[in-house]
Amino acid sequence: MNRELTCIECPMGCLITVEGEDTLTVRGNRCPRGAIYAKNEVTCPRRVVTSTVRLQDGRMLPVKTNQPVRKSEMFAVIEKINALHPAAPVHCGDILLYNIDEDAALVACDNIE
Amino acid sequence: MKNTYDLIIVGGGPAGLAAAIAAYDCGVTDILILEREDRPGGILNQCIHNGFGLTRFKESLTGPEYAGRFIAEAAKRNIPLSAGTTVLSISPKKEVTAINDRDGIFTVQAKAVILAMGCRERSRGALNIPGTRPAGIYSAGTAQKYVNCKGYLPGKDVVILGSGDIGLIMARRMTLEGAKVHAVCEIMPYSSGLRRNIEQCLHDFNIPLYLNHTITKIEGKDRVTGVVVSEVDEQKKPIAGTEMHFDCDTVLFSVGLIPENELTQEAGIALSPRTKGAIVRQNRETSVHGIFACGNVLQVHDLVDFVSEESEIAGKYAAEYILKGEVPFDDIPVSHSGNINYVLPQVINRNIGGNVKFFFRVSNTFRNCVFRVRSGNKLLCEKKKRIAVPGEMETLLVPAAKIADVTEPIEITLEVQPNE
Amino acid sequence: MKNLRYDVLVIGGGVIGGTILRKLSQYNLSVCLVEKENDVCMGQSRANSGIVHAGFDAAEGSLKAKFNVLGNRMMPALAGELGVKYRNNTSLVVAFSEEELEILQKLQKRGVANGIAAEDLPILTREELLALEPYIHPAAKGALLAKTGGIICPYELTIAAIGNAMDNGAKLYTDFAVCAICKTEGGYTVTAEDGRSLQASVVINCAGLASGKIAALVGDDIPVHGRKGDYILLDRQAHYLTDRTLFFTPTAKGKGILVSSTVDNNIILGPTATEVESDVPETTAADLAHVMQKAKEMCPNVPLGAAITSFAGIRAYNERHDFIIEESQTAKGVFHLAGIESPGLTSAPAIAEYVAEELVARYLPLVKKENFRPERQADSFFRNLTTEEKNAVIQKDPAYGRMVCRCERITEGEIRHAVRTNPPATNVDAVKRRTRAGMGRCQGGFCQSRVTEILAEELGIPMEKVTKSGGNSVLLVGKIK
Repeated sequence: MNRELTCIECPMGCLITVEGEDTLTVRGNRCPRGAIYAKNEVTCPRRVVTSTVRLQDGRMLPVKTNQPVRKSEMFAVIEKINALHPAAPVHCGDILLYNIDEDAALVACDNIE
Repeated sequence: MKNTYDLIIVGGGPAGLAAAIAAYDCGVTDILILEREDRPGGILNQCIHNGFGLTRFKESLTGPEYAGRFIAEAAKRNIPLSAGTTVLSISPKKEVTAINDRDGIFTVQAKAVILAMGCRERSRGALNIPGTRPAGIYSAGTAQKYVNCKGYLPGKDVVILGSGDIGLIMARRMTLEGAKVHAVCEIMPYSSGLRRNIEQCLHDFNIPLYLNHTITKIEGKDRVTGVVVSEVDEQKKPIAGTEMHFDCDTVLFSVGLIPENELTQEAGIALSPRTKGAIVRQNRETSVHGIFACGNVLQVHDLVDFVSEESEIAGKYAAEYILKGEVPFDDIPVSHSGNINYVLPQVINRNIGGNVKFFFRVSNTFRNCVFRVRSGNKLLCEKKKRIAVPGEMETLLVPAAKIADVTEPIEITLEVQPNE
Repeated sequence: MKNLRYDVLVIGGGVIGGTILRKLSQYNLSVCLVEKENDVCMGQSRANSGIVHAGFDAAEGSLKAKFNVLGNRMMPALAGELGVKYRNNTSLVVAFSEEELEILQKLQKRGVANGIAAEDLPILTREELLALEPYIHPAAKGALLAKTGGIICPYELTIAAIGNAMDNGAKLYTDFAVCAICKTEGGYTVTAEDGRSLQASVVINCAGLASGKIAALVGDDIPVHGRKGDYILLDRQAHYLTDRTLFFTPTAKGKGILVSSTVDNNIILGPTATEVESDVPETTAADLAHVMQKAKEMCPNVPLGAAITSFAGIRAYNERHDFIIEESQTAKGVFHLAGIESPGLTSAPAIAEYVAEELVARYLPLVKKENFRPERQADSFFRNLTTEEKNAVIQKDPAYGRMVCRCERITEGEIRHAVRTNPPATNVDAVKRRTRAGMGRCQGGFCQSRVTEILAEELGIPMEKVTKSGGNSVLLVGKIK
């Protein structure tokens, strides 16, 4: 079975074809990230989730998962994010929650003093 | 506050910060950045999604992270930034007048000025969309600010007009925060957003994208209650009988960005009707010696990485202007074929050396095309492209040696290669 | 609500009700104004051309003719007292055919008969016209120049008149939708849909589009219809086009589409004239296209790409096509002002004087207040200061140093001032009408979220309760997380 994909790894947006069932052949990618993306996409699609966390004082902190999470779990991840209310100060790179989905952690993307 | 500075930079977003750092590293340390918001970073502060910095840092950063790296670099150099400060006017003599709540209205004299004010979104009004004017109509960027910075949801049932990147990003963002996005309508036959955003912001959430469609009516008295969407013909006129009705409480507009050049215009700087930004030379110097421009105030970029790159050029040459003095204009105009929307820089100053990178956008979707840069009969550069779309900026690098002895006007062309 | 009693109750917070309230506030009378919307000036006084007509349009002997010419003369002084921008920009009625040139002669004659000085109404040759207005269509054959023509901001005038009346003791009740007017001893009880009621000896119905319905509450039959007009507003960068008001030669159907400068140096195009049943103004593709078409006929190179917004207004009219200003047939002390179509804005100051001195005076003694203050600080006062004066203000209140609306350059101080001044702004559009925040080229894209925050703070309500224009027009559906 052939699958046509648009790579989301970078702005090039390569048009990738994935062939095969057990052994997957990837064509059309212009970098190794594309091959990984394409293989994941036909087996277990993954996405980095970005969102915000409301701090205890009400301010909003941008956050992201430090690696792609399972696409099927995106809304579950969002629910976990929405339940978090850490206190300032927070610094860019601080880990707010480990294992938000599998090995992925939630990290702060900004400094809020 | 001092009365004079070597370099004043208007805007502390990604363009202003990169220009400041570059100027500093070229030996100009007496710099002041004027930023209207209460913190540096510009629009990146509300762009919490990832995908920034792949070219520059080889990793996918969120907007605040990308901004944070430049803010940290500027802080390392102790480059002063006056936040909450709105520039009111810039004179051709490089007097900059601004207002804030600490100094009131004040004027500072600079040796050189870099314009880095960014851009704004086109509004509904610019499109004359018929209907009522209830609450619930926002530009995508306004909605983004409400959701990401203020922590409020502007609406629950959303229709988006325009498939620009911010609109696509907001489709996903509002979906993740519990809203239902019913449709994204695009009047053109193609999306103006990046292909990967169509994929991960629309396809991932089964949000339909209607190409060749526009909103032909907005309904509701107090709050939006619905919209009518129609297909358009090749002249962009709605086709009778194709109307679809969507119940919704929110309409987002993502219909293009316009460089914010009111200050530029008032300073008497020549603007390009194509880019709506200043006409610049390859060093990003405008028609007024010592006033430079970079980033989205000059041309609307789709990648912040390019903004940083362009701003470093402006910063470097502003520093040279301050340290070495004015470089006289010896200008060669740059034109382009009809299937290209614009090219920047619009002018090559022959008194400036170095490679020249041309930025441009095509006017439609082209497959298997070739870009060429010519000066008279001389071919300076050529590049093949499998697919070129208006939503993605193209670049061409002409090496210094090729540009050095150019005497005739430069033209950039797009030709489609047959049988491939 | 306590049983509040007033000498005079005015229904309708438009320019007619507003100028009447302001006139009455000069006397030792207790006066109030009730308005069905969340803010004043929400009907036809909000969305019209803002023209101070010279007075040559209306038929001789009509109320329109009388009040137009008088109002035109009163407007500069009134605008000056209230701090409202007014400009005697002059207007041109442009003829594109021999027949239209003949009509210009008639208009000139009528204008003189209506009381305009002949030297203020010259007819220009094509050459004279094109010298004055280089962007006008070269097919123009001549024009009538009205030297007393002017422009004013209609909502600024209405807001300032009501604000000044309130400063002088008048009361304002918003969200007060009148549903009953009942005769009581010594006057009337006026009741709102929400149950509030007020009493007054004299009731003045200036309810615009709803004036027919209000008249019906006391048994009078005054049919009032709505005619919708679409407008397109161009950015100030289009102001080179003209500083005057350019009219087509009028036909039986009215004055048609105009191209005019506004007092804020935008260019306004419109209005159309479409009969409507609804009272919710709504632009249509056909009407907007008509506006663009006619604008091009007047100025072929009109920069339509500089459009920053389009909007519609609904004008009330009565088949008599003259102002109806009369006492109720059945309810003594109730006066109806209905069908006040163009030139109603221009006529407002003269109508207000007439209503007070000729109608209200029949029932109540008009004794001038000793402490009446005719002046009101302009909502735009900060912009009119010198840099030194502005800095003194900023030093006292740093909010005036914080820019909120970058397009129109409106500071946080001015926005807070609009909420704290009569008539207080309580929603985002109300702030916009008073300060111009959000009225520029980005149409609030950058500043709306900040304006919403300031309103929430000033009104002591959560962000999600702040509205665009009252009622259910909330801007946000709730907090996330």
